[in-house]
Amino acid sequence: MVQRFRGSLISTPIATLVNLVGLAIVAVALVATVQKVATAPGGATYFFQTMGFGLALGAIFALVALGYTMVYGIIELINFAHGDVFTLGAFISAAILPIFGLTEGRTFGIGLILPLIGVFLVTMLACALINVGIERVAYRPLRHAPRLAPLITAIGMSALLEGVMNVWRGPFTLHYPDLLPETQIPLGGDVTIGAKQVTVIVIAVVLMVALTVFVNRSTLGKAMRATAQDRDAAQLMGIDINRTISATFFIGAALAGAGGIIYGLYYNSFSAFDGFTYGLYAFTAAVFGGIGNIPGAALGGILIGVIYAISDGYFTVSWTQVLVFGILIFVLVFRPTGLLGMRVPEK
Amino acid sequence: MTRAQEFLESNLRNPNAVAYFLMAAGALFFPAIIQFATGGNGDYLVGLAADGGIYILMAIGLNVVVGFAGLLDLGYAAFFAIGSYTYALVASNHMGVTPLGHSLHVPFWIALFIGMFVAAAAGALLGAPTLRLRGDYLAIVTLGFGEIVPRVFRNAGIWTGGVPGISALDVPSLPGWFVGPWVGQDFGWVPDFRFTSANLTAYYVLMVVLIFFVVILVNNLHGSRLGRAWMAVREDETAAAASGVNTVTIKLLAFSIGAATSGFAGAFYGAKLSYVSSENFGFIVSVTVLAMVVLGGMGNIPGAMLGGIVLYFILFWLLPNAPLQMQGLASSLGLDWLNHSNPNGWPGIAEVVSRSKYVIFGLILVGIMLLRPQGLLPSQIRKQELRHEEHEALAAPRQLQA
Repeated sequence: MVQRFRGSLISTPIATLVNLVGLAIVAVALVATVQKVATAPGGATYFFQTMGFGLALGAIFALVALGYTMVYGIIELINFAHGDVFTLGAFISAAILPIFGLTEGRTFGIGLILPLIGVFLVTMLACALINVGIERVAYRPLRHAPRLAPLITAIGMSALLEGVMNVWRGPFTLHYPDLLPETQIPLGGDVTIGAKQVTVIVIAVVLMVALTVFVNRSTLGKAMRATAQDRDAAQLMGIDINRTISATFFIGAALAGAGGIIYGLYYNSFSAFDGFTYGLYAFTAAVFGGIGNIPGAALGGILIGVIYAISDGYFTVSWTQVLVFGILIFVLVFRPTGLLGMRVPEK
Repeated sequence: MTRAQEFLESNLRNPNAVAYFLMAAGALFFPAIIQFATGGNGDYLVGLAADGGIYILMAIGLNVVVGFAGLLDLGYAAFFAIGSYTYALVASNHMGVTPLGHSLHVPFWIALFIGMFVAAAAGALLGAPTLRLRGDYLAIVTLGFGEIVPRVFRNAGIWTGGVPGISALDVPSLPGWFVGPWVGQDFGWVPDFRFTSANLTAYYVLMVVLIFFVVILVNNLHGSRLGRAWMAVREDETAAAASGVNTVTIKLLAFSIGAATSGFAGAFYGAKLSYVSSENFGFIVSVTVLAMVVLGGMGNIPGAMLGGIVLYFILFWLLPNAPLQMQGLASSLGLDWLNHSNPNGWPGIAEVVSRSKYVIFGLILVGIMLLRPQGLLPSQIRKQELRHEEHEALAAPRQLQA
């Protein structure tokens, strides 16, 4: 069979020119940003605050992006319902916090951390099971149907989840209990970083490290990588494809659920329709890093978060979304495989 | 007699012919039936159906991109927005407010085509650098574009009216129009006729006529050399390129023609509402139109139209009316207590049904796709192709385990 290479643009002279143009645009943008940041009022204090905000937001994006990228890597489906599984994490955790005895006004300590871990485990499990159910009901029967059919059921499932949350708590912006300490940790001089942001970043990093170890070391992780590379060959090697795909949805949703809890803890507010926008950002992050690539999704998420924060902090807030999606198009035109993606033959 | 019989028999077996016939008959008699059923108060419903025509136009256009050429476009509403805003700029007083300081009032029929061409140009501009990308990447680029365009219109300040948008656009007009008892007047000829909310039936008729012409155009395209090239590219791009099809140009044409249809519909939408705002062109519009096409049957024009009608009916009539209907049902069943909110968190049946409209919409989408993954009215050619593939797949050992 003839194989076409997506990256084949790179070898022609015109493509070299195109790449140079792309690099030039990136360079100009970077210089302009650095200049703006360096001359802005507020100095280092403001810069580190912005970066803290960006890293925390990026950590949330990254957790959601991981699920997108894993699912896309394995069955080439843009799982639109994923962003709503993320919101579901906030909803479920908000409902079970009182059961674990977590209410506002508790001091930060072991008495808070242990129940919080319990909340994380229960919520992640619930989200994961729901996502596995979604795959079973809406995507698996359509695995051999026209390629767009599962995309439509994904949109349907997204609407369904939003609807369920809407019926459950109404179309309001809800308050999420404020449990994390508000203190600022000094980093020398006037520069501080919020304890909340540190907590968010630490939780996200722990989860991402766990995921990487799992995918790289465990048998199931190996099965996932094999299935993503070549489903038929993996099947011939005795891998249970259905189980592997279910496991992918399970893990992706567990991470998204954790992202939802972090989102609630960090912003102290959530609503049934947050997930869709966040899903789009996270998806952008996954593409930015190279879709199907796990470290790429993490990197993409953090970069998108930082770009978001810098644009909000130093430029105009109303143009931030245009900028993020503009970057998405820019990346795809100049480097379709994303930052860390590799040239792969088309299936 | 026998020839007529033959004609009838051959067409009765063709689901497309039956669908076209039923839709044409439905479109023709719809206003009369509605007016009769509602005792002459059906103007609102006729207007609603006419608005649905805009979605049907878009579904036909997106069908060219997704169904014929196999390019997934997730930002189709962007071209709709471009068409609307172009119309708003060339046919209102707004240009006078911008730094240009001179308002334009291009006649409706010319402005409609300006909106169409600007949208087509935007499609070509976006497509030229990105159509070389593989299918899914194109989908993502269009998704990004669809997110950017409404936000640019919202943020462009004085040029596009910002958040409130642009209002008081010129309404569609014709040199003359027949009125008669169907709009509650005597027979007569109205010169210099203007389509306002006072004569929704006329607007409905105009919509049906426009759809009729667009269907003929797109049908001809489908049967032309270009249409066959689209199908070739959709099925196997490499083989098409090897057979001498210039794949990039062909894809660009599909993309631009789709964008043009959307821009046309957008300009008409702006004219009808006499108002544009960036809030009306979100991702949800793109998704709805895509769902119409896939639901109806990709690559089949009557299929896309049918999907458009079904989904529009569900989204814009069934779901908005469901809360009140449920309230009435509860009252008539003697369950009046269901209608009132109570302190235990029950917000009243109307509110519950209103909140669950997304649940219903989601269930309908998932249900139809699971029951008929190929769509309500699938393309016959495509069906044969798929069946062919199935046979091949059965012969190949790799599928036996699946």
